[in-house]
Amino acid sequence: MAKNPEHRDLFAGALELMILHSLGVKPMHGYALVKHIQLVSDNLLQVEEGSLYPALQRLLRAGLLESKEGVSAKGRPTRIYRLTRAGIKHLGREKSGFETMFAGIARVLAVSRA
Amino acid sequence: MEWVRRLVAGRRRYQDLSVSIQEHLDDKADELMEQGMSRDEAMQAARRAFGNVGLIEESSREEWILPTVDGLRADVKYAARQLWKHPGFALTAIVTLSLGIGANVVVFSVLNALLVRPLNVSDPERLYNVEHMEHGWYSQSYPDYLDYRDRNRTFDGMVAYDSMSAALTTGQTTTKNFGYLASGNYFDVLGVQPLLGRFFHANDEHGTNSAPYIVLSYDFWRARFNGDQNIVGSRIQLNKQPVTVIGIAPKDFHGTEIFYWPDFWTPITNGPLIGYSHHYLDNRSTHNPFVLGKLKAGVTPQQATDDLSSICRRLAEQYPNADYGLDARLVKPGLMGDMWGDSTRDFLLAVMTLALLVLLAACANLGSIFAARAADRRRELAIRLAIGSSRWVILRGVLAEAVLVSLMGGVSGTLLASALLAGLSHWQPLAQFPFHVVVLPDVKVFVLGFLLSVASGLLFGLLPAGQIRRSDAAQVMKGVITPELPLGRFALRDVLLSVQIALCTLLVTASLVALRGMERSLHAPLGFQAQGVMLAGTDLTMAGYKEEQFLPVQKRMLEETARIPGVSAVGIIDRTILGEGCCGSEGVYPAGSTDFRKELFDAHNFSISPEYLAASGMRLLSGRNFSWQDKADSPPVVLVNVTFARMMFGNRSSVGQHFLLYGGKLPQEVVGVVEDGKYLSLTEDPQPAMFFPLTQEINSNDTVLVVRSGLPSTELASTLDRTLSDIDRNLPLTLHSWADAMDLAFFPARAATAALGIMGLLAAMLATTGTFGVATYSVSKRMKEFGIRVALGAARVELIRAALGRPLLLLLSGSIAGLALGVLASRLLAHIVYEATPQDPVVLGGTMVTMALLGLLATWIPARQSMSIDPARLLRED
Repeated sequence: MAKNPEHRDLFAGALELMILHSLGVKPMHGYALVKHIQLVSDNLLQVEEGSLYPALQRLLRAGLLESKEGVSAKGRPTRIYRLTRAGIKHLGREKSGFETMFAGIARVLAVSRA
Repeated sequence: MEWVRRLVAGRRRYQDLSVSIQEHLDDKADELMEQGMSRDEAMQAARRAFGNVGLIEESSREEWILPTVDGLRADVKYAARQLWKHPGFALTAIVTLSLGIGANVVVFSVLNALLVRPLNVSDPERLYNVEHMEHGWYSQSYPDYLDYRDRNRTFDGMVAYDSMSAALTTGQTTTKNFGYLASGNYFDVLGVQPLLGRFFHANDEHGTNSAPYIVLSYDFWRARFNGDQNIVGSRIQLNKQPVTVIGIAPKDFHGTEIFYWPDFWTPITNGPLIGYSHHYLDNRSTHNPFVLGKLKAGVTPQQATDDLSSICRRLAEQYPNADYGLDARLVKPGLMGDMWGDSTRDFLLAVMTLALLVLLAACANLGSIFAARAADRRRELAIRLAIGSSRWVILRGVLAEAVLVSLMGGVSGTLLASALLAGLSHWQPLAQFPFHVVVLPDVKVFVLGFLLSVASGLLFGLLPAGQIRRSDAAQVMKGVITPELPLGRFALRDVLLSVQIALCTLLVTASLVALRGMERSLHAPLGFQAQGVMLAGTDLTMAGYKEEQFLPVQKRMLEETARIPGVSAVGIIDRTILGEGCCGSEGVYPAGSTDFRKELFDAHNFSISPEYLAASGMRLLSGRNFSWQDKADSPPVVLVNVTFARMMFGNRSSVGQHFLLYGGKLPQEVVGVVEDGKYLSLTEDPQPAMFFPLTQEINSNDTVLVVRSGLPSTELASTLDRTLSDIDRNLPLTLHSWADAMDLAFFPARAATAALGIMGLLAAMLATTGTFGVATYSVSKRMKEFGIRVALGAARVELIRAALGRPLLLLLSGSIAGLALGVLASRLLAHIVYEATPQDPVVLGGTMVTMALLGLLATWIPARQSMSIDPARLLRED
């Protein structure tokens, strides 16, 4: 779905993890979520809308998120996404899984030629 | 049922998604506007940045399901809307399909009931009739049956049964009823249990006439005895002989033949008691009952055949005369062995093929309509492609529409067919005979109806798929018309139309061949003049007479009947030619034979009184007729027909020649030669036949009075009834015209003609609607062009040529192809239809005229349309 071939796809589960974490910080609507990720990653990460919305639906379907009718900052009707109890638990598990993985990857990459 | 809940929640969820995306775009646009863009620019930029909204929405939705279920629901909804918007198209399609599918359901139901559905007994798949190798020779002698039964090692049991008619007397009422003579083990081997009382068993048989019992069928018990339970144990009379009613058969057991539903069963060992010759049970050369065996579990038919063949070889050694060359063949039971089986199977398979062709033609018809509609919707489809719809989604929509239409057609067709089949199942085509055609559909039939619907929907829905696949959105939107097929000038729908016309012509040809054959068979030389002849049939054994008492009664009947004013001639024959129970045959041998192992040929045998020739109108070609001077003790004489004379004596004059009957010592002298006739069926090849004087040979218990008269049949019938009752009021009488008596003989031809006629009619309708559709379409597409041409001064005739030239060309080429196919296919019809030949100028001409008329009919309205073009109005319009 990447519009720009220079942006590599995130590895599996990364987008979901970031969504969950961001929404764990505070419930947001879709566009706010995109802006949030872009902002906190200092523009290093660009979330494709083509991936974001399907991912949101996946998480909704898995019961990790729920959506509520809300009003955007501009006063327009929108849907606010937030974590469910199951989402919070899942996020915790996933984060420790990712940390283990990052640590592993870091160690592998740290090995230099002897 | 998780997905149901999801479907219900789906609508709200999709709305949430849309709101979310809309807000996304709005926020982004607001941001861009803050950077100084105009509202429109900002909105456009936001959309560009977002990507394809529809596509993203769709792929987001697809996270939810089971996208197929959801997509399907949408497709069906879309399809239903399309159909609703085009009621004319929808109705045409549904009617076309319901005819096509209905025809298939009807034919398959009949095929299923007659050829597939097993007999209603336990382990029906293990039952086989034991017949001879030679097709059409299906009966066995009772002694051979006993040997087969006792010596085989591959059957769990083997029964013998024979259909019979008998006079059944209770109190003062005597009626002629139809039943079975059955071996004692009949019910036990078939595994049928009585509804009331008991059945007879093998241990009830202790030799000839030892088991004076009768079992009644459920229907007969209800009709004749009002379902009285006390009837069990009481005595009734069968051909004047007392028999005890021991039981009632269950409601759904109708014996072991599909068409013939007996009223009763009586042990076969009682045959002589109720008037059958004692030869029936003890003569190895007299072949009467059917033999039905139940294979042991795990034994193949081939093993059983081998087993029986070795018994045959031993029997042939043991009884070199009677069982010379005996052989055995196993046949699926239910259709009187291959007497009915072979022709029924051939015919039904042929009609099934025709029905499938009708459906195929219907699919071709709808395929061309769908192709035309796809072409019309090119713009719409291009727009959908341009806004991100995938080709597969569009194709799915078209397919959904096709399958929806065909399911609706399938449902209405199946309902129509079920009504027709219900009528057919109640119909008793032959009044005097317990002949039933129960062809009610079952699950298999409905499954077939469903499968055919889906298959035909996919078939004609996929036909325009190529167009969708190739359509290039950008080109279409620019108004460029891309050629539809690599064939260039010939569009897909043209090909479909010619295929359809060819199929329809084939069907029209077939039905005309059948109609023509029917017409011919009505006028074919039968070897007698049935017109103006009343038949009075009776069975003297049913009234209690012994064989030696027959002649005096028969003479009295002749004398009394001849005295009726208005009767011009009356004679007696012992079997109704072309009637129920006809005929019997007997082997003949050259004069001087002493070795009777192999007969020269079998010939039909009849016994007649001298007056029969005058009464029936059978012509004597040479020699003399019998007279009453040919007595029992005078030298045996015989009349033979032309075929007999040719087969026995070649070119020599046959009058005065002699031949022998089986085991005969005194040669039969041929005193005359009579014309050939039809004896068993209308489609038979010329058969040898011989006629004996009543005084010298008795081959059947029946006495049929052949009465020629100019009197109205009702009047003659009542007078005959009175006259014959005066002779003996116990005589069971059946009175009907000879023409009516031939119903059974005409039945296959009539059924064939009806079936083929209906197929032909369906085909003709399809050809008309198909041509009409293409002609109308081609006119409507070119209205504008025609308007311009008219404005430029073109003659109307030229317009018609331009508009209708192609449909008519297709009609012509399709017709020629179909006619050629018809000529080839009609050979198949020759079995059922009398002298079926498509080379008949009437058939060829009839087909041409029919197709031409159809063409005229189908192109008339479009032609009128193109004639009435008003260029001024047309050119003002878009």
